[in-house]
Amino acid sequence: MVHAFEMNGFYIAVDVNTGSIHSLDRITYEILKAFPYDFSADKAIQMFGEKFGVEEVKEACHEIEQLIEQGMLYSPDLDQPLLMRQIENKSGLKALCLHVAHDCNLTCEYCFASKGSYCSERRLMPEEVAFKALEYLAQNSGDRKNIEVDFFGGEPLINFEVIKRAVDYGKELEKQYNKKFYFTITTNGTLLDEEKIDYINEYMDNVVISLDGRKSIHDAMRYYRNGKGSYDEIVDAARNLVSRRGNKSYYIRGTFTNRNLDFSEDVFHIAELGFEEISIEPVVGGGQPFHITDKHIPIILDQYERLAKRILDYIKAGNKLKFYHFNINLYGGPCIQRRLVACGAGFEYLAVSPEGHFYPCHQFVGQPQFIMGDVFKGIDDPKGLSEQFKRCNILTKEKCKDCWAKYFCSGGCHANAYYTNGSIDMPNELACLMQRKRIECALMMEVALSLESA
Amino acid sequence: MKHIKTLHKGTLKDSLKNGGCGECQASCQSACKTSCTVANQACQKQ
Repeated sequence: MVHAFEMNGFYIAVDVNTGSIHSLDRITYEILKAFPYDFSADKAIQMFGEKFGVEEVKEACHEIEQLIEQGMLYSPDLDQPLLMRQIENKSGLKALCLHVAHDCNLTCEYCFASKGSYCSERRLMPEEVAFKALEYLAQNSGDRKNIEVDFFGGEPLINFEVIKRAVDYGKELEKQYNKKFYFTITTNGTLLDEEKIDYINEYMDNVVISLDGRKSIHDAMRYYRNGKGSYDEIVDAARNLVSRRGNKSYYIRGTFTNRNLDFSEDVFHIAELGFEEISIEPVVGGGQPFHITDKHIPIILDQYERLAKRILDYIKAGNKLKFYHFNINLYGGPCIQRRLVACGAGFEYLAVSPEGHFYPCHQFVGQPQFIMGDVFKGIDDPKGLSEQFKRCNILTKEKCKDCWAKYFCSGGCHANAYYTNGSIDMPNELACLMQRKRIECALMMEVALSLESA
Repeated sequence: MKHIKTLHKGTLKDSLKNGGCGECQASCQSACKTSCTVANQACQKQ
């Protein structure tokens, strides 16, 4: 399968099964666009001979045929049973999302966690649950050396003392089990003081701070219980943290809704505040007046394209800016095994609620039908949820099988599929449309920068 | 070539032989938390 597209004056082809990327001229673009599955030089000459001249089209077809011979266009499907066995052989946990606080000092309008409480009573994770969770991860991660723990909420810094003790305990477990813990935290930024900033910069391998962009956009969604917006405190604290973080990674992470469909302005607002690592993501879910529906999609896709062009100009002018969803790693990207199963929710990645229940991921926490045991007794999964999640991948999902973007996207978010279509096997169409566009934008940027440096 | 310039020779098939160590980052632990993108993860072997 070959996907050919045009963006920002570039004609680009992706060979789906190898991940090869080609820069095209107009003739080869039109030919490849007309033949996504099987190439026929005779048909191409018939279709385009008059428009471009028979000799030119013959020459273009010859180049296409050369690349087919070299295995860089129309390469055959990878061995599906072999790939399926790669998934079945995956074993061992890789990451936990610890919900250390089901409580929050903000009441963000779009919060999937019911303003931090996850539809249950407000609760903090006790130290013993955090310790047991870390032990479980260290003991059940197989031969894997690198294991990850994200401190999540609600607002995790409400339970800062338990975070500190859990990190200390993790350091002990590293020696005992020959593991390396990577700790990360996702915070709304409002509780960051000097002590917490120093601590995060020393012990957290990544920090995600929530900021939606322009003050009016941010404050309309992310406000305190008294209705006051949180923008001013967060910007000050995040700047302070980043200025002292050195080379360690961070992300300023925002959400866009249908109220800021011009979200590229928010990305650049954050960039102008001095931040270089930014992620702005579409709100998940449906049914609320701010949610994204199909009528918003054309505007959003146009925004992504504008954003990509603008970031490209910004980078060419000597500035630094990483937009999370445009960071496709063409040259050092993940192996095929990694690309088959997305986030690994349910078997490589689990979330832990404050009381210690395991869930397939943070988005399912609070839904009793998704409980998969607890940190004290281990996995108890009579419904076979773990196996269901493992078997839900780009080889089994009907919608993914024929999608050109499958090895870049890896099948999308299970929770997004479940909450919109009632099944983890049916990806959310709107998410697919946005994802494919983001991948095209990322590829266009790579092509533009490669051609410039050539 | 006059019409096509190959910018990247994909190695997905080759990675089948020596990939799968599982040491790379879990995508949902990074920035997104809602919309995973695996292709932007770095391989820990490289």
